[in-house]
Amino acid sequence: MSIDARPGTTTVAVSATVNGRPESRRVPARTLLVHLLREEFGLTAATVGCDTSSCGACTVLFDGRSVKSCTLLAAQADGADIRTAEGLADGDRLHPVQEAFREHHALQCGFCTPGMVLAVVSLLAENPGPLTEHDVRHALKGNLCRCTGYHNIVRAVLALDGARQAG
Amino acid sequence: MIPASVHYHRARDLTEALELRQAYGDQLRPLAGGQSLLPALKLRRDRVDTLLDLGRVTELSYVAYRDDHLAVGALTRYHRLLDDPLVDRHAPLLAMAAAAVGDRQVRHLGTVGGALAQADPAADVPLALVALNAVVVLRSATGVRQVPVAELAVAPGVTVCRPDELVTEVRVPLPGPARWRYLTFARPALEWSLVAVAVADSRVALAGMGPTIRRAYGVESALAQGAGVAVAAARADEGCDPPDDARASVAYRRHLSRVLVARALTDPGTTVEEPR
Ligand SMILES: Cc1cc2nc3c(=O)[nH]c(=O)nc-3n(C[C@H](O)[C@H](O)[C@H](O)COP(=O)(O)OP(=O)(O)OC[C@H]3O[C@@H](n4cnc5c(N)ncnc54)[C@H](O)[C@@H]3O)c2cc1C
Ligand code: FES
Ligand code: FES
Repeated sequence: MSIDARPGTTTVAVSATVNGRPESRRVPARTLLVHLLREEFGLTAATVGCDTSSCGACTVLFDGRSVKSCTLLAAQADGADIRTAEGLADGDRLHPVQEAFREHHALQCGFCTPGMVLAVVSLLAENPGPLTEHDVRHALKGNLCRCTGYHNIVRAVLALDGARQAG
Repeated sequence: MIPASVHYHRARDLTEALELRQAYGDQLRPLAGGQSLLPALKLRRDRVDTLLDLGRVTELSYVAYRDDHLAVGALTRYHRLLDDPLVDRHAPLLAMAAAAVGDRQVRHLGTVGGALAQADPAADVPLALVALNAVVVLRSATGVRQVPVAELAVAPGVTVCRPDELVTEVRVPLPGPARWRYLTFARPALEWSLVAVAVADSRVALAGMGPTIRRAYGVESALAQGAGVAVAAARADEGCDPPDDARASVAYRRHLSRVLVARALTDPGTTVEEPR
C-alpha cells in the first residue's frame, strides 16, 4: 500500500439478499440504499418522504431490524439481509401485519404504509410484549403518517399483539 | 439528496482500519452507524474525501463485564444497550439514555463510539457516560490511551481523538451508582432534548447547556455541603453557556436546567424515564 495512493474506490460492489433472493450490483459509493432498491431493483415500496431521516417512509428491514434506507449507504448493506414490503406476502397470502392493517383500515393514502408495516414487523419480532397503547405509539415514533391515521394503525398493532398473547 | 461523490473503503478489521488511519489521517472519515454522518453528507454540511466504513469491524461490538468496569465496544449499536443483561444489571442509566435516542430505526444503526466521536452537546448516551464517570479508549496503530468521557469533546463536533486514532471502547467504572436518574425535556415530534440531566450518586451532568456536555459542579458542591434540593438545583446553570436558537432561548434553557435538576434530585432512587 503506497501512502500517496488514494484508498478506496468511487464505485462499490454490493451483494445482498433482497427479499430472500441474492442480488449484486456495482453502484457509485454515494448511492443510498433506498435508491439501490428503487432504481436498480425496481422495488418501489420504500418511498422517499422527507429525505432527512425524519418520516420513516423509507423504512426497510436490515438483518430483520427496521432502518431508514434514506440514511444508509447501499455499500453498508453489502452482505446484509434486506426485506422490503414487496417481500412480506407469501404469494397471495398477506403477511399478518399487512392483514391487520387491512382489517383495521390502518391506511388512507398509503404513502407511509410500507414503512409503517415494516416498522411494526420489526417491533413485534423484537418485543415479546404485551404492548400497551403507549408502547406502540412510542415505538412508532420514527414513522409519520401525513394522513394522521394513527388511531387505526395503533389498533392494528394492539390487535396483533393481543392475538399472540392469547396464544 | 445524495452525498457528494466520495471514495469508499470497507475496513476488513480493526488492524486494517488503524493502519489506514495511520497512513491517511484526516483524508479518511470513519463511518459507523452513519446516523449523524449521512444526514450531514446529504445536506452537504460536511464533506469527506474517503469514507472508511467500520461496518465489518464486528470485533468492536460487545458488552463485557471486567470486575472493576463494564466495557462497551465502540461499534455497539444503541439497541443492544436496551437488551443487554449486563447493561441492565450494571449500568441501567446507559439503557435509559439509549432509550431516549431518536427512534427505533436510529437506535438500530447508531453506535456508542459514533455518538462519542460526534460530540454533540445534546447527545443522550454520552451524557449518561459523563455522569457515570466513564473513560473512553482511543487506539492508534502505535498505541492506546484513555481519556475521561467528560474530556473527550472540546466543542460541538470536535474531540481530542486524533486523525490516526479511533474510539474503540468505553469503560463504565463498577460498582455503578446506587442511585441514578435520567430526565430529558424534548418536543415529542422527533426532537432531540433541549436539556437533559443525568444523575449518578453525587454526580450531576447536563446536556444542551453549552458547547459540550458538562458536570453541574455548582449543584454537586451545594449537595456536598448539605444544601437542600431547592438550593442545589438553583445552581444548575452556573457556569453554563447554553445556545440561543430557534428551538429555545438562553433564559428558557437555564430555567429548564434548574427545573429538571430539581426533579431529578427529588426522586433520584427511581429508574423511571420521563415519557417522550
Ligand atoms: C432522526 C435522528 C434522530 C436522532 N435523535 C437523537 C437523540 O434524540 N439523541 C441522541 O443522542 N442522538 C440522536 N441522533 C444521533 C444518533 O445518536 C447518532 O447515531 C450518533 O450521534 C452517531 O453514531 P453513528 O454510529 O451513527 O455515527 P456516524 O454517523 O457513523 O459517525 C459520526 C461521527 O463520528 C465519527 N466516528 C464514528 N465512529 C468512530 C470511531 N469509532 N472512532 C472515531 N470516530 C468515529 C465519524 O467519522 C463521524 O464524524 C439522532 C439521529 C437521527 C438521524
Ligand atoms: S425518507 Fe427516509 S426517513 Fe423520510
Ligand atoms: S396513510 Fe397517508 S401518509 Fe399514512
